[in-house]
Amino acid sequence: MVAGKGIVTRKVALSDNLKAFIEKWQERPGNLIMILHRVQQEYRYVPREVAFEVARVLDIPLAKIYGIITFYHFFKLEKPGEINLHVCTGTACYMKGANELISKLENLLDVRAGGTTADGKFSIETVRCVGCCGLAPVLMAEDEVYGKLTTEKLQGVISHYT
Amino acid sequence: MAKITLDAFQKLRSEQAIGRRESKGIHVVVSMGTCGIAAGAKRILKTFLDEIHMLKLPNVAIKQTGCMGLCYAEPTVEIRMKDMPNTLYGRVDIPIAKKIVEEHLIGHRLVGNHVYDYPAKDILCEGEDYLNEAKLKQFRVVLRNCGVINPEDIKEYIARQGYVALKKVLFEMRPEEVLEELKISGLRGRGGAGFPIWLKWKLSADAEGDEKYVICNGDEGDPGAYMDRSALEGDPHSIIEAMAIAAKTVASNQGVIYVRAEYPLAIERLGIALSQAREMGLLGKDILESGFDFDIEIRLGAGAFVCGEETALLASTEGNRGMPTPKPPFPATHGLFDKPTVINNVETLANIPCIIEKGGAWFKSIGTEKSPGTKVFALTGRIENSGLVEVPMGTTLREIIYDIGGGIRDGKEFKAVQTGGPSGGVITKDFLDTPIDFDSLTAIGSMMGSGGMIVMDEGDCIVDVTKFYMEFCVDESCGKCSPCRIGTKRMHQILDQITKGNGIPDDVQKLQNIGHATKMASLCGLGQTSANPVLSTLRYFEKEYLEHINEGKCRAARCKNLVSYTIDAEKCVGCMLCAKQCPVPCITGERKKLHVIDQNRCIKCGICHDVCKFDAVIVA
Repeated sequence: MVAGKGIVTRKVALSDNLKAFIEKWQERPGNLIMILHRVQQEYRYVPREVAFEVARVLDIPLAKIYGIITFYHFFKLEKPGEINLHVCTGTACYMKGANELISKLENLLDVRAGGTTADGKFSIETVRCVGCCGLAPVLMAEDEVYGKLTTEKLQGVISHYT
Repeated sequence: MAKITLDAFQKLRSEQAIGRRESKGIHVVVSMGTCGIAAGAKRILKTFLDEIHMLKLPNVAIKQTGCMGLCYAEPTVEIRMKDMPNTLYGRVDIPIAKKIVEEHLIGHRLVGNHVYDYPAKDILCEGEDYLNEAKLKQFRVVLRNCGVINPEDIKEYIARQGYVALKKVLFEMRPEEVLEELKISGLRGRGGAGFPIWLKWKLSADAEGDEKYVICNGDEGDPGAYMDRSALEGDPHSIIEAMAIAAKTVASNQGVIYVRAEYPLAIERLGIALSQAREMGLLGKDILESGFDFDIEIRLGAGAFVCGEETALLASTEGNRGMPTPKPPFPATHGLFDKPTVINNVETLANIPCIIEKGGAWFKSIGTEKSPGTKVFALTGRIENSGLVEVPMGTTLREIIYDIGGGIRDGKEFKAVQTGGPSGGVITKDFLDTPIDFDSLTAIGSMMGSGGMIVMDEGDCIVDVTKFYMEFCVDESCGKCSPCRIGTKRMHQILDQITKGNGIPDDVQKLQNIGHATKMASLCGLGQTSANPVLSTLRYFEKEYLEHINEGKCRAARCKNLVSYTIDAEKCVGCMLCAKQCPVPCITGERKKLHVIDQNRCIKCGICHDVCKFDAVIVA
C-alpha cells in the first residue's frame, strides 16, 4: 500500500507490454509524455495507482506526472465512457453548429460535456479540430468519424452503439 | 528489403519511373486520407475489391492514396486505364462504385454526374493531356504526391523523383551549396512567421556542438487547418527526405518528428515510412554508403496548441509542460536539450526536395518577389467546395474563393474571410483582389498563419466568431506570462458580455487597449497574436460591435440574447408547420389562423424561421 495525501492507493502490477515499453524508453531523455501515451492507450486514462507506479519506476516525483497530465488536454485523470463521443469544436464545425450538437447530445444522454453517463457507456468530450473541416460539423465516436451531422441524426449515431 | 547501394538506388529509381509511365492494365486509386475515410472510402475500397474479385477482371490494381484536397467530393476514386482518359470520380457511394466497375472498367463509358475535374497540375505532370490546364489555378509543389502515390509504399515515392534530392546532397553538393540554393529560392517558413529558411539552417550549421537536432513541427493546432496532416498522410517520405537533407547540411545525426496525437493515421503512415526508409538504407547508419548517419524518431503531442510555438515544442519534446521560453537564445543555437536545432514546419519541409532537385531559381520563379513558392490553404466555412488548395503565392482571394472554391454556399453574400486562425484576422470584400503573400496579409491586419481560411457569409456574426477564437486562446494560453493569461481572459469576458447584450459603449476602447497591451507584452507568438482577431474585426467591423452594444442588435441573428422571433400576421396562413417543428414547443395557433410565439418560452433555435414556407417568421 502506498499512501499519498491521506488517500490510500492500491498498488498495481503493470502489464508486461507496458513494462517492456517503459524499459525501452527509460534511458531516453524526455520520455514521460510517450510513456503516458502508452499508459493511456492501455487504460484509456491515467489511473492514480498507475501514475504512482510510473513515478516509482522512472524515479521522478508524482507531481511531475500530475503536471503533465493536467497541462495537456489529451491526458485524462478520470475513466471515460466505453464509447467516447468527441464533438469537434474547430472553427468550421463551430460555425456550422457544433454547439447545437453538444446541447442535443447532453439532452439525449443526460450528461454534461466532459462527463460520463451513469452506466459508464458514453462520455461526451469536445476536441479541437480533427481536420475534417470539409465534413463539418463532425463527431468522432472512438475511431469512427460522422460528418455533416445535424441534431436529428444524433439519435442514430447513439443507437449504433446501444 | 535489403539496404541498397547508390548504384542499386539509381537502377531502382529508373525502373520504377519507367514502370509507372508504361504500366498496363487498370488502376483503381481510392483516396484514403482521414477525410476520405470519414466519408466512407474504406467501404468503397472494399466494394471495388469484391466486385472485381466476383467478376474475375484481370489486370486490375486497386490501391490507396492520400488526400487530393477535394474534401467536398469525398470519397474520390481515380481510374487510369488504356483507351480511356484518366478519370476522377467524386461523391462515390457503393452503387456508384459498382456502376464504375460495370460501365467504366468493362463498358468503357464514363459514369455521368460523378466525373470531377482534376484540381491541380503538379510539378511532375505538366503537359499531361487529361488536365484542362487553362482552367487550373492550382499548382502543387508541397502536395505533389498527395492523391497520386500510395504513401505506404516507398517505391512509389522513388518512382516520382523521391530521394533524388537527398542523393544529390549526399554526393554532389557541399553544405554551403545547399544553403546557397535555399537562399536563392527565397523559401520562407510556412508555419506562420515566414522566417527565411536558409538563415535558420545557417545559424544551426555555424553553431558549435557535436550533437545537433533536426525537428519537424507537425503540431498543427489551428482549428480549421489540416494541410500538414494531409501532407504527412499522403506523402510522408518527402518530409523524411527533407529532414535528412537538413541534417546533412547542418551536420546533425538525429531527427524528431513532433506530431499531434489527434492524427492517428498520419502517425501510422509516418511509422511505416520510417521503417521502409531504414530497411532500404535511406535512414540509419551510412546512408547509401555515403558515410552519413541519420535517424528519426516520432514524438507525440498531447493536445496543446501552444506547442506549435517552437520553444514550447522543445519543452514538450523534452518531456515537460509545453511552456515557451524567451528568445534569444534561439533554438538554432540552443534548442533541444540545449543543442543547436533546426525546427521546420511540415509544409516548409515538403518544399525542400524540389528546391534541391530543380534549383533555387526555379522555386523563386513561382509566387511573388518576397514570398516565392506556393501556399496550401484549408478552405472551409461557407464555401461551396471546401478542401485543400495549393496556389502560387500572389493568387488573389477572389480566385481562391470563387474560381477554386466555387463561391459562397446557397447563393449567399460574402462577408469576410478569416485567415491565420486564432492568430490571424479578417479580410473583407474590399481586399478580395489583393494578391496574397506573407507581407500583404500582414499589411491588411491579418496574417498567413498556417493557412486556415474560413469563409464567412452574411449569416455569421463577426463578434461571435471573434469570441470563438478568444475562447480558444483562453483555453490554450499556457499561463506562464500574465499579459497573455489575463489579457485573453479579459477580452473574452468583454466579448461574451457584448454577445449577451450587456455591452457598454466603453467596451470597444477597452478591447483596443487590452488587445494592444497583450500584443506588446506577451512572451510568445500565441499571446502576441492572440489579439489579432479582435483588433482586425474592430478595424473593419466596428459598426457591428456598436450595433450589438448600442442597439442590442445582431444582424446575423447568431447572438441569441439579441434576437427575437415573431410571426407576421399578414403572411401567416396557419399551416401549423412551425408549431409542429418547434422543439419547446412554444408556438400556438389553430389551422388557417394566425400563430403566435410565446416569447418567454422561446429558446431562439430559429427552426420556425427555417421551416416557414411563407417567410412569415420575422427575426429581429
